[in-house]
Amino acid sequence: MGFITSNFRPTKGFVFAMMAAAGAFLGMLVGLANNQLIGGIAVLAAYSAVLGGGVFYMAPHKRLGQAVIFAATLALGYVTMAGGGAVLGLIYGAFLAWFAYWIGTGEYRTSLLPYLTPGQVLWHYSFRLICASIFIFLITPILVVLPLSFNAEDFFTFTPEMLRLDPEGYSLKHYRDFFTNNEWQRSFQNSLIIAPIATIISVSLGTLAAIGLSQSHVPGRRAIMAILISPMIVPLIISATGMFFFYSQIGNILEDSLGFNKDFVGYVKVILAHAVLGVPFVIITVTATLVGFDRSLTRAAANMGADPVTTFFRVQMPLILPGVISGGLFAFITSFDEVVVVLFVGSASQKTLPWQMFTGLREQISPTILAVATILVVISIGLLTTVELLRRRSERLRGMSPG
Amino acid sequence: MSDATQNGPMLAADGTPLKRSLARSLRNQKLRALALISPLLIFVLLSFIFPIASMLFRSVENEIVGNVLPQSKVQLEAWDGQSDVPAPLYRAMYYDMFAAAEAKRHTRLGTRLNYEVSGMSSLFRQSGRKLDKPGKDLLKDFKKLDAAWAKGGAIYALMAGDPADARDTALAATKRAEISAMVGETIPASFDFAPSARVSAMLPATADAFMAYAAFEGGIDGKNLAKGKPWETVFVALAEDLQTADATGYNGPHADLLAQAIAAKDSIAAPDYGAIFAKIDKDWAKASTWQTIKTHSPTFTNGYFLNAIDMRRTAEGAAWQPEDKQILLTLFGRTLIMSLIITGSCILLGYPVAYILANLPMRTSNLLMILVLLPFWTSLLVRTSAWKVMLQQQGVINDVLVWLGLVADEARLVMINNELGTIIAMTHILLPFMILPMYSVMQTIPPSYVRAAKSLGATNWTTFWRVYFPQSVPGIGAGSILVFILAIGYYITPEIVGGTKGVFISNRIAYHISSSLNWGLAAALGTILLAVVLILYWAYDKIVGIDNVKLG
Repeated sequence: MGFITSNFRPTKGFVFAMMAAAGAFLGMLVGLANNQLIGGIAVLAAYSAVLGGGVFYMAPHKRLGQAVIFAATLALGYVTMAGGGAVLGLIYGAFLAWFAYWIGTGEYRTSLLPYLTPGQVLWHYSFRLICASIFIFLITPILVVLPLSFNAEDFFTFTPEMLRLDPEGYSLKHYRDFFTNNEWQRSFQNSLIIAPIATIISVSLGTLAAIGLSQSHVPGRRAIMAILISPMIVPLIISATGMFFFYSQIGNILEDSLGFNKDFVGYVKVILAHAVLGVPFVIITVTATLVGFDRSLTRAAANMGADPVTTFFRVQMPLILPGVISGGLFAFITSFDEVVVVLFVGSASQKTLPWQMFTGLREQISPTILAVATILVVISIGLLTTVELLRRRSERLRGMSPG
Repeated sequence: MSDATQNGPMLAADGTPLKRSLARSLRNQKLRALALISPLLIFVLLSFIFPIASMLFRSVENEIVGNVLPQSKVQLEAWDGQSDVPAPLYRAMYYDMFAAAEAKRHTRLGTRLNYEVSGMSSLFRQSGRKLDKPGKDLLKDFKKLDAAWAKGGAIYALMAGDPADARDTALAATKRAEISAMVGETIPASFDFAPSARVSAMLPATADAFMAYAAFEGGIDGKNLAKGKPWETVFVALAEDLQTADATGYNGPHADLLAQAIAAKDSIAAPDYGAIFAKIDKDWAKASTWQTIKTHSPTFTNGYFLNAIDMRRTAEGAAWQPEDKQILLTLFGRTLIMSLIITGSCILLGYPVAYILANLPMRTSNLLMILVLLPFWTSLLVRTSAWKVMLQQQGVINDVLVWLGLVADEARLVMINNELGTIIAMTHILLPFMILPMYSVMQTIPPSYVRAAKSLGATNWTTFWRVYFPQSVPGIGAGSILVFILAIGYYITPEIVGGTKGVFISNRIAYHISSSLNWGLAAALGTILLAVVLILYWAYDKIVGIDNVKLG
């Protein structure tokens, strides 16, 4: 048995069989939809085999052959099933045109090791297919929300107008609702007040503690670490329950004995609760950054006469800043995204965006939630990009290869 | 070198022994580290660890019976629970209940006992309303003797006695403590009423009842005692005292009134406390009612924990709840099983993805990583609402299936508001937490091992199963524990997509906190959940090490 070399060509039988298999798969779906399973499979398998295989062997010019397959399939889809069929024909035509030449020319083998058996090649591509479907599972729910938020109707589903790509079916009314409705705006503002302040508290205290923890001699480091990480480990519902009792007592003291304004006390309670929840993220990211920190730099600074504060701000801080910022982003998203604790600790005037969404999902379902969801997805893409850039910068600063 | 040749200890540059100098510098380092850590440590201890600890304490704390019924609690402890309810218990219960009803605390106690035996709440509520009657009847009898008894200040003047009298401060202190424990407020020091010691010795029950009234109305509500009408209990107590009181030689205020009443004591019936309770509600005549109160009167109880595992505390010890009330063990079981299923499906879906991410060229895998990180960074509510959109009967998945004809329009799949909905949505939400630790472990597996195995003649499967997989197990372990810990305490997603069948123990905790207000049970459930999570956390620390947790 010899190695398969780069001028490998699959047999004609194989090419026709693969085309027929692709057609049969689509035929199964279409056939099921029209209650003609056998007929659907047979017709589409035959069509794909004849067209895909036939055009490939008769048209040596790749672009021309692909155009023929694409056009023919699109036309077939449009003729047989009109609107929806055209979309299906478009997709399948593009697929078949690519697939015929990918299989026929033997291109599917070129990127693989030449000595693989056909079974191994099949497994290679099946595995890719499995992974692709898992990635689709991961990303579809997020993508589905985006077009639905432009729904012109008050439904959570795709209307026929939307499927026909009719502009009538789309509108910005849910976004308008979000930006004009008092309740949504108020909750958005509350989120924008609470999350940044909670982040500042957890970042400033957390960074100091992380620097302390990374010193060489810390008595009881494991116990301290366990305590500081615990807000992340303890289930939120338990944290929320504990804080509910605790902060209602604190709130009473602040309001009755010290005479603070009720709203102000409410914000203080929620902010402190969120700050605690953000602490573990800051600790983890900053200690991870400090692990790679070169201690001789601070010694050098001290050697040249800098006092500890100057050393911290001029030498250490710039180097660990990426870690601090990404810890801060984690703390921010924790607070910005948090429902359970604010539900228990806060009162109606501290209603945050997630809280509003939660009540919306439970009680009066409105597609405004999807508009908000889309905005939040855009925000999270921004955050993700920032964190990723920071991580690379941090690794570059520490002289690691970007990974 | 000169130091070493001397006989003394080695010296540092400033002349102190080197050993001491090093110890001092080490101590300074430790202090500096602690000084940096302490602000956060104190913050977390105060606003996180302490609240949770005090919440855990609520699961065994049962002060309410002792606070609301302080005298009865003493009598209940003396009673064996088998024989007839003793007279002193009836008596103590009458005065305790009356004070509790005035302070509107009897309904709370009723609610508390209703968690254990249904019907207690309405019994207490109704009894509170009917307790006035015996005292009102007695007041009429007193009025017949002399109309002065009905005047507001009469009893007050009698109890206060001569301004020159010694005060019964012991009684005052006891009652103040009882009332303030019951109400949960402190009585201000400016309220300083105490009955005259002489009168208190002569009319002990009346002084006791009046002081309870005084501590509540005067101390808590700040009313003017000299004008207000005392509670009906005072007349009941007075009727009791009259039978034995000896007022000869007493010359304080209203001495004549008292002497007249003692002379006419035969026309004023001594109260029969047992009969009072029998008249209020027939439930009070049953020993079981009293047994229930006795069973739940200790300051610390295991009752909530027993309730949390579908048992209850009875006079005979722990017993199973009636069949129709046994839901919590099922719920614990379901939480565990569903968390396991979610962890399992995360492993199944996460392993191939982590593998391909770790083995593709860096540029491609970084691009694909975005598909994992984007869900990770997207708001939980967004993902949950997305799944609601996807899984509904009129949702995207059903629409696609109907369009493809795989499912008939009238037989759309039910995928939401049940276990399936929770499992799908939570698998999606927790999947990144499985992929990321797996990926970081797989990245460290050297590809040369796989190549070596293959060049030694192993098949693909053997290479994977005997060489690659064992090295990736730590990643599976880390991811599984992380996902399981997160899943077992989830609240939001089951609440929205779980319906009634797909909810977790957390939803029950939230229900008991915000709707049924059975905080003790919520705390007990929370304690059990927390114990499970901490054990897993400990295992995680042993396997992975908490320092090795990485984000993003």
